[in-house]
Amino acid sequence: MSRYRRRRIVNRLMEVIATVAALVAVAVLAIVVVSVAKRAAGAISWDFFTKPQALFGQPGGGIANALVGTVLLVLMAGAMALPVGVLTAIYLTEFAPRRVAVPIQVVIDVLAGLPTIVIGIFVYALLVIGHTQSGIAGAFALAIIMLPLIARATQEVLLLVPSTLREASLALGVRRWRTVLGVILPTSVGGILTGTVLAVARAAGETAPLLFTSSIFANTVQTDVTKPLPNIPVLIFTYSEQPDPALHEQQRSS
Amino acid sequence: MTPVIDVAQARKDAEPIEKNDVVFDIQKLTASYGKQPAISDVDLEIYRNVITAVIGPSGCGKSTFIRCLNRMNDLVPGARIEGKILYQGDDLYASGVDPVEVRRRIGMVFQKANPFPKSIYDNVAWGPRVLGMRKDLDGRVEKALRGAALWDEVKDRLKKNALSLSGGQQQRLCIARAIAVEPDVLLLDEPASALDPIATSAIEELMHELKRDYTLVIVTHNMQQAARVADMTAFFSLDVDESRRTGVLVEYDGTAKIFTNPGDKRTEDYVTGRFG
Repeated sequence: MSRYRRRRIVNRLMEVIATVAALVAVAVLAIVVVSVAKRAAGAISWDFFTKPQALFGQPGGGIANALVGTVLLVLMAGAMALPVGVLTAIYLTEFAPRRVAVPIQVVIDVLAGLPTIVIGIFVYALLVIGHTQSGIAGAFALAIIMLPLIARATQEVLLLVPSTLREASLALGVRRWRTVLGVILPTSVGGILTGTVLAVARAAGETAPLLFTSSIFANTVQTDVTKPLPNIPVLIFTYSEQPDPALHEQQRSS
Repeated sequence: MTPVIDVAQARKDAEPIEKNDVVFDIQKLTASYGKQPAISDVDLEIYRNVITAVIGPSGCGKSTFIRCLNRMNDLVPGARIEGKILYQGDDLYASGVDPVEVRRRIGMVFQKANPFPKSIYDNVAWGPRVLGMRKDLDGRVEKALRGAALWDEVKDRLKKNALSLSGGQQQRLCIARAIAVEPDVLLLDEPASALDPIATSAIEELMHELKRDYTLVIVTHNMQQAARVADMTAFFSLDVDESRRTGVLVEYDGTAKIFTNPGDKRTEDYVTGRFG
């Protein structure tokens, strides 16, 4: 009897704890969104998106330069990471023997778990020291962040392709690569795109690697990728260190 | 009680089997996954334009056997074979033989219909297109679909997705896809096991048609089916020795002989349903 009661109480207790945890998670997000939105409301306007940053001390201005810069950075990073990521996944699922695939898999998982600031410092040492900060360096850092995400997501969807389809194609006397190209990729292209979009979203919000690689930028719309590109995450970071309250308002809008 | 399988009736009008032209000469074939042999010491000759059935209980290595014939087992990690398979005199497993080329000449249809998620037309056309047989692709597709007795049912909706077809139609589409690249041999691994009786009989009729142009090897666990379609039948059984279970070829002969007057007690037990 008492056992039965105990189990019932434990069950009830755990249910309550789990529910509270879920509510806390939602509450944190809600507080962040509401508090940022409330303070930022004043700064959001058409100009905010279409005008570059105002000169120091002057009112007004927007984030157009950062917006354009971020889009450029992410596009370049995607162009670098997508082919490498997808081909890596194809190699791992379709070609690699097990004893090769497993270590590569581990390396990719480690890369995915690497703090992004480490990647930032790495690219800084590789491409920035001795040269200048540049959009390319920034994009390269972002590409390193995106690569494991894309490879992982692609691998998952490739594994979902039924092996009977591979067999069907190979039994026709078709080579593996043509099988991948003609049967496996078309079947899984939707999943690959989803994975890529998630990786892009993740990379677009990264600050740390860009601080090292693309943070000293002009206040104008800038599209020359060999120079540092303005971008939203770094803009937010910089403004947070400024004393001007107007800039703080803009930062929150970003 | 009358026997379930009236082989004498089924084979009444069967022509005598031409045994002059050997397509596969299988010598002492042992195939293993890892250390465990799945089939051992199989000796068998398969003849041109003859339907050869491979029957036997589950797990006796029928599928393993047939998959050795077009080197599909190469794709299974740890699969190994010993012995020889001579295909028209050439060793299929000799070094320098390209398994892709082997599969190109020896086609295969699987247990579960596995059309590509493409249109009906593209399913059939894809193989020839990739293999460089681009001349008169439309004609080739029509010929393959007619060959698989599917043309009349699909000629008005070639652009529709193949997955919209019924199970039996999908399996015939897979046969069409296999014959579109004009192989010499067609291996069928339980092609009708997932189909209803009507679809099954359509496939069986089709096999009789295909026999004229192809050498057919069919794995089936449906004895009636073997009795209906096959000219030659190979009976595989399990040799249980302590913990090892190995498939062995028990008997290989004309289908009528296997089903009415088998030479081995194990064959008799199996075909009369007393197995186990």
